[in-house]
Amino acid sequence: MQEEMLIEEMECVYKKPHTLTDEYMHYCPGCGHAVAHKILMEVVDEMGIQEDIIGVAPVGCSVFAYNYMNIDMQEAAHGRASAVATGIKRVRPDKYVFSYQGDGDLAAIGTAETIHTINRGENILIVFINNGIYGMTGGQMAPTSLFGQKTSTSPYGRDVAHNGYPLKMTDLIAHLPGAYYVTRQAVHTPNTVRKFKKALKNAFEYQKLNKGTCFIEVVSNCPSGWKMTPKETLTYIEEKMLPEYPLGDIKVPTQNKN
Amino acid sequence: METNKSEIRLMKGNEALAEAAIRAGLDAYFGYPITPQSEVLEYLTLEIPKRRGIVLQAESEVASINMIYGAAGAGARVMTSSSSPGMSLMQEGISYIAAAELPCLLVNVVRGGPGLGTIQPSQGDYFQATKGGGHGDYRLIVLAPSSVQEMCDFVFEGFKLAEKYRNPTLILSDGALGQMMEKVEFPEDGSLPHQIPTWATTGKKGRERNFITSLHMEPEKMEEINLHLQKKYKEIEENEVRYETFETDDAEVVLVAFGLPARICQKTVELARAKGIKAGLVRPITLFPFPKKIISDLSKKIDHFLVVELNAGQMVEDVMLAANGNCPVHFKGRMGGMLVQPEEVLEEIEKIVEESLTLNAGQE
Repeated sequence: MQEEMLIEEMECVYKKPHTLTDEYMHYCPGCGHAVAHKILMEVVDEMGIQEDIIGVAPVGCSVFAYNYMNIDMQEAAHGRASAVATGIKRVRPDKYVFSYQGDGDLAAIGTAETIHTINRGENILIVFINNGIYGMTGGQMAPTSLFGQKTSTSPYGRDVAHNGYPLKMTDLIAHLPGAYYVTRQAVHTPNTVRKFKKALKNAFEYQKLNKGTCFIEVVSNCPSGWKMTPKETLTYIEEKMLPEYPLGDIKVPTQNKN
Repeated sequence: METNKSEIRLMKGNEALAEAAIRAGLDAYFGYPITPQSEVLEYLTLEIPKRRGIVLQAESEVASINMIYGAAGAGARVMTSSSSPGMSLMQEGISYIAAAELPCLLVNVVRGGPGLGTIQPSQGDYFQATKGGGHGDYRLIVLAPSSVQEMCDFVFEGFKLAEKYRNPTLILSDGALGQMMEKVEFPEDGSLPHQIPTWATTGKKGRERNFITSLHMEPEKMEEINLHLQKKYKEIEENEVRYETFETDDAEVVLVAFGLPARICQKTVELARAKGIKAGLVRPITLFPFPKKIISDLSKKIDHFLVVELNAGQMVEDVMLAANGNCPVHFKGRMGGMLVQPEEVLEEIEKIVEESLTLNAGQE
């Protein structure tokens, strides 16, 4: 009896965002997608925009995002998320629109759509999960794979003479005048998670201003594709990924005043 | 200019189609320039800012068809148009649109192929239009106009059918129809009301969430989706077949042609009749659903079908299937952007009639 009393009196200090469904996630243990989904939905909750937001999730591990995000969503063909998001935003300009894309999707097959969507300054948010590998298809080399990185299609390591260089999409698109806010974040430590959350909030606030595209890269992991334990991937992010993809804002609005 | 009343104007097929789209309540158009259909995009970029709707020139046909997917999924009345090579680029997106059951209007102003081909008229995309085109088992509703007036009328018809069945509708035109000028009478602006469908992704205010997808990992579920689509296509086949006949009542040789060649063949029928040959014409208006029954019925009472197309023989396969061996099915085609002439079709008829007379004489 006394024990029950104690439980009842405990203060709830943290709970799952209610915009995240109770669906069992298909992501592998330790995958950054789960954290990124949760934080994204937490921001949607906190801003109270659950009923005014439409998301787009294209082919890749996150194609099932609509199972976990309790908002209106569209699945998109591989690489076409930003074109789909453009279509939605153009006919529903009063709604918040975002796409959630992986590196194969955004930086390989969807490069043209990504560049042109941002160059038009579409008032959407693009969340770009960069884990340097194709997760869903089983760990093939991505445009963002690191020098020497071993994948199922670069079994001897990525050779730049043969495969070219890791593509730094975020640095590239920051040069486009249509890009309003461009930042590179991560979700592998409590501190990076906090910063990612702040970036998401900024991006949705900026979307109200109709000033252009907001772009958040998230340097993430892929325990299964990288053939590492989740814990090992955290070290790999710190030691290998971040030197190539340093965290921080790349383009911030110079003036938010009218 | 007064634009909300019905009126008669002299216009190019492409422009008539674009004007009709605005009057039919188009919410958004996404497209990419390609000859011989660029006037559609040009007309809309000129007119829409003065009237209503959204028009956006995309970076490619791949992007424009996916913008269509997004906007249709958000419940807007949307259209894109292109010509053959551009339509090839759209096929993946069209397959997704058909699978997710999004209504939209597609227009192919066909040019001669294969490859980069030519910018002249062709019907070489019949297979692509009627048999799916992209991956998987799906169908478009396909309308084949044969005049500038129908380039206008079929826009209204196309939106109606697309929204009724939640299925993409394709207007299969050609380079000549797109470019030639004729008199066209427009319906009133706003005569085709549109409501945002309840399944659209517009933000989940006051309801459960909606999502648009074509992904179903469980094969049982995916088969269920396929069966549902097939049931819908069957329903379309039962209810939406459209065709025209000309002089078929007593005909012995019946021409089958769609689009512009059907008008050329009508002249051939007149020329043949003047020579005492009992010729007639069937003009399929819907290419999917294909007018199988009229072909089947006629095949039991006529001597010959002659299918005339601007390709190497594509619709002729559907005519043969419907005729099912009841009578011979002949073919006359021109390719690469060439049009058929009424006289050369007449020569073909005369050849067929002569050959069968010789054959009959030999048997007697």
